[in-house]
Amino acid sequence: MPEGTLRNSVAIVGVGESDIGKVPGMTGLGLNAQAAMRALEETGLKPSDIDGLLTAYSFTEPYFMLGSVMCEYLGIKPRFNASVIVGGGSPAVMLKHAAEAIAMGQAETVLICAGENRATGTSRDEAVAALLAVGHPYYEQPYGFSIPAFYAMIAQRYMHKYGLSREDLAHVPAVTRANALLHPNAHMKKPITPEDVLASKPIADPLHMLDCCLISDAGGAMIVTSPERAKDLKGQPIYLHGIGEHHTHEHLMCAPSLTEFGAKESSRIAYDMAGLGPQDMDFAELYDCFSIVPVLEFEELGLGKEGEGIAHWTSGAANVGGALPINTHGGMLSHAHAGAAGGLFGIVEAVRQLRGGLGARQVEGAEVGIVHNEGGILSSHCTLILGREPR
Amino acid sequence: MTALLEPTRNADSQEFWDAMQQEKLLLQECGDCGALDFMPRHMCPVCWSPNRKWREASGEGTVHSFSIVRRASSPAFASRVPYVVVLIDLAEGPRMPSALVGDDALSVTIGDPVRMTFEARGEEKLAVFELAK
Ligand SMILES: [Zn+2]
Repeated sequence: MPEGTLRNSVAIVGVGESDIGKVPGMTGLGLNAQAAMRALEETGLKPSDIDGLLTAYSFTEPYFMLGSVMCEYLGIKPRFNASVIVGGGSPAVMLKHAAEAIAMGQAETVLICAGENRATGTSRDEAVAALLAVGHPYYEQPYGFSIPAFYAMIAQRYMHKYGLSREDLAHVPAVTRANALLHPNAHMKKPITPEDVLASKPIADPLHMLDCCLISDAGGAMIVTSPERAKDLKGQPIYLHGIGEHHTHEHLMCAPSLTEFGAKESSRIAYDMAGLGPQDMDFAELYDCFSIVPVLEFEELGLGKEGEGIAHWTSGAANVGGALPINTHGGMLSHAHAGAAGGLFGIVEAVRQLRGGLGARQVEGAEVGIVHNEGGILSSHCTLILGREPR
Repeated sequence: MTALLEPTRNADSQEFWDAMQQEKLLLQECGDCGALDFMPRHMCPVCWSPNRKWREASGEGTVHSFSIVRRASSPAFASRVPYVVVLIDLAEGPRMPSALVGDDALSVTIGDPVRMTFEARGEEKLAVFELAK
C-alpha cells in the first residue's frame, strides 16, 4: 500500500477512559471493558456492530492470545483480531493497523483497547520486576539495568551533548502536573514544583521519582470506523490525517544512537501523508514515560530546535494556554500509566481537544493535533496527526 | 535474597561465554563485509552473511553514557546501591552494556577511558569495567 492512502481512511468516533488511579475491585480486563463501554456509548453503536478488535499486552494479566481473550470477555465475535506488542508504541500502531484493515474493507468498525490494573492488581515490586524483562535477558539484565536507568543514560547523553541542566529538566513534570490538574479523571491531583521534582527520591541519576511515570489502574479505548459510516453516528468524528511508524532496535545496547531516535522518521511519514508540517499543529500529546522523553520527541517531531526543546517547558509554552500545549491531559507523568493504555490516553485526549468544549483545559481553536507513542527504550515509534475536518 | 544472574549460554553465545571464563571478550566479525558487532548472532546484521568470525577485543574503551542506580533493578542488586551501569564504546568500535566497578566508580563522567576486568558470578565470570585514569 503506497504512503498517503491512510489519509482520511478512518475517523475516531468514540473514546473512553476507565476509572483511573487505585481502582480496587476491577480486573485489567474489567478496566478495558469499562473504557470500551464508555467509548461505544459515544457512538450509539451496539456491541455487535464491532467487527474488529485490537489490543496490546498485559503484565498483570499475561494471557496468551490477549486479543482473543478480550473478544471472549466482551462477548464479541469479530472478523479481525490481534494482539499488537510494540510496547508503549502499540496504541498508535493499532490505530494504523485498524486504518489499514478498514481501508481494505477487511473490517468496518474496530475497537482498540488497552489497560492494566498495575496499581492494585499486583504489588508494586512485582510490577517493577515484570517490567525488568525489557532489558536484554543475557547481556543487560546481569548488570542491574532498570528501565529508569536506560532512560537515565539517554538523559545523561542528551545533557552532555546539549548542556541541558538537571534543574531545567525538572520543569517537565511540573508543567505536566499543572495540565493534569485541569483533567477531572487524572490520577494525580496535587500541584508540584520543579523543586519538588529535585527533592523527590533519586532513582537512577539524573532521574528522580517525579521524573518517572505513574503506576496506575487504568484502561483506555477508542472506536474507529470509515468516514462514511462515521456520518451516521452520534458523536463528532475526528479524522486521521497522517500516520507513520519507524522501528530501529529493541534493547538500548543495539540503539543506533542515544540522541537520535526513530521519531524523526515516523513523524516525517505522518507529516507527508497529511500534507502538513510541525507549524500546523495546535497541540501535541507526546509519550512521557520519563521527563526527558517528551523533550526528545518534541525536537524529533520538528516542533522545536534540536537541543533547545526544554525552553518550551521552562517558558510556559507547553502549558494549556501556551503557544503549543504539550500533554494537555497530564500525560503518563500525571494522568495515568498502565501499560499500553498510557499512550492510548494521548490519542483519547487529542480527540477530545479536537471536539472542543473542555473548559479550562481546552486548547483554543484546536483544529489539528499530533500524537506520538514510543515503545521499548525509544525503540518503536509511531506518530499520528488528527484533525476536526477531513482534508 | 535472589542470586545475581550468571551467564546464560545458547547456540549463539556458547563461545562468547566460554571465552569470557578465560577472561577474554569476543566480538563477532563478518567474514564478508567486515562489520564488527557485540551481540552474538547467527548472521551479520548488515549484509546477512552467515560467515561469522570471532575476534578478541582489547578490553579498552570509553564511557558512552552511564547512570548511577539508586533504586535497585531487582532484590538481587539491593545491597549494591548505589551502583553504576554503563554503555561502553569499545576501542574496536562496537558498544556494549556493562557495569563500572571500583572505589572511584561513582566519579564517572561521559568519555572517561575504561578497562575491562571480571567479576565472579557463582562459578562463572562476567566482564565489567573500571576507570582507567
Ligand atoms: Zn556483513
